[in-house]
Amino acid sequence: MRDFRAEVIKNIPPSGIRAFFDLVIGMEDVISLGVGEPDFITPWHICEAAIYSVERGATSYTSNLGLLELREKITDYLEKKFAVSYDPKKELIITVGASEAIDLAFRAICNPGDEVIIFEPSYVAYVPIVKLAGGTPVVISMVDGDDIIFDVNKLREHVTDRTKAIFINYPNNPTGKSFSRDELMQIAKVAEEFDLLVVSDEIYGELTYDYSHTAFSSLPGMKDRTILISGFSKAFAMTGWRVGYAAAPNQLIEAMMKIHQYSILCAPIASQVAAIEAINRGDKDMRLMRKDYFKRRNVIVDGFNRLGLPCPHPEGAFYAFPSIKRLPYTSEEFSHALLREENVAVVPGTAFGPGGEGFIRCAYAASLENIQEALKRIESFLKRHGHNK
Amino acid sequence: MNEMELKREILEILTTDSTRTSAEIATMLNRSEKDIADLIKRMEQDKTILAYRAVVNRQKVESKKMQCIIEVTCSPQRGVGFDAIAQRIYKFPEVRSLSLISGGFDLLLIVEGDTMKDICFFVAEKLATLDHVKGTSTHFLLKRYKEDGFILEDGDKPQRLAITP
Repeated sequence: MRDFRAEVIKNIPPSGIRAFFDLVIGMEDVISLGVGEPDFITPWHICEAAIYSVERGATSYTSNLGLLELREKITDYLEKKFAVSYDPKKELIITVGASEAIDLAFRAICNPGDEVIIFEPSYVAYVPIVKLAGGTPVVISMVDGDDIIFDVNKLREHVTDRTKAIFINYPNNPTGKSFSRDELMQIAKVAEEFDLLVVSDEIYGELTYDYSHTAFSSLPGMKDRTILISGFSKAFAMTGWRVGYAAAPNQLIEAMMKIHQYSILCAPIASQVAAIEAINRGDKDMRLMRKDYFKRRNVIVDGFNRLGLPCPHPEGAFYAFPSIKRLPYTSEEFSHALLREENVAVVPGTAFGPGGEGFIRCAYAASLENIQEALKRIESFLKRHGHNK
Repeated sequence: MNEMELKREILEILTTDSTRTSAEIATMLNRSEKDIADLIKRMEQDKTILAYRAVVNRQKVESKKMQCIIEVTCSPQRGVGFDAIAQRIYKFPEVRSLSLISGGFDLLLIVEGDTMKDICFFVAEKLATLDHVKGTSTHFLLKRYKEDGFILEDGDKPQRLAITP
């Protein structure tokens, strides 16, 4: 029988995270720092709003673009919070999580051979999604020794006449690195100079700790060349509800909508109602969660630095990305050994691209007690193998 | 963060978990251990922090103690309002907490006793007989569901995968 799979799929390797997940599953007493989602459950008033809407019969399709009320709430929020205004009727689409918005964005813009610049280490889906859309990912490593650094010169060096877009994600999964306004301005200058589109995944924007998050599209002249992507999963602890959105100029939203209407139709209505409640009354919950993440970040970063595993300062999201380069292990070897010997699950940095070698991703979306216990176990692992600081 | 904001942050951590050390709080808030220890000491001295206690699910230790909520109506006194009668009431050790409230009643008490009889005696003999107390309404607590922000029943654990992207 023939191999029915498409070539493009055959050539995409499975996610490194999935392989590690298979190892962890079935193990007991594992302290997991490997989870890329909040450990909070969705605030009850948000769940209750969705339940109430279902009880009242909200079980139908919505407009392809999503409930107008939700789109209006989101555009109000973007205006108020980031000083960037979008037309809710023409410039915003509700998607099934930010992941769908990313997929739509690249399917809507990529012609075969179009290059998309991606900074690595990056979220596991970015490179495959660009490939699946027919684009060519051009990867720039931000790793500089034990640190994660943005270098605009590297960006310039990678722009060619085939470059169509720059893909940024800040605060970043897996490094926690964000971009300051100054760094964003440097990216904006390159985008303008070479007439590039910027796809900006800002799903962790609300989880920025050291300074205010700047939306890329709010920079002068950037709204017309930006697809802003975000959603409710991270800030409101709503990962399972799958509600995201993209805001962009009408022509791009229309292009994305064509794909969305044929492949998805619309995001689930109950989830959209929950998102309305989140945006109306979820601000306090979000602030409390952010405060908790801030404390946990300080504890985990301090912990790794004390153990002699230098940790680039994560300005946002809920990930620490300590370097293990001084140890005689690859990221994968270290993660496996830690799981086997100490029952602590972390994700090897290589799951986020080859540039992640020598790092591990540790999510601090875990209770303080678990973070402290995991640090103790890592310390005991290092001592037992003679790798004290 | 000014001093008052820092105090609030410290209190928020301690009211959630009073076993946190100054060193741990200092790391969480990115401050020096000495700054945090000094502020806590000052808050202990000025009675901002009154005590460090555990939040207990008494239903798990088969405690026979009874608790009730008592709503009290009383008449205020010239010059002191409700303060004098409140002082008179809160001195009884059976009274675990007392607040002045708005609405149909004036004072809200949480009263604890070893038996229901003890509480009945306290209400009938001590509380209701005080001058200026016009009436009481007593509600015995039958079952607790949530205590100080903690849900007491063991609910389902949220389902979360151990590793996700």
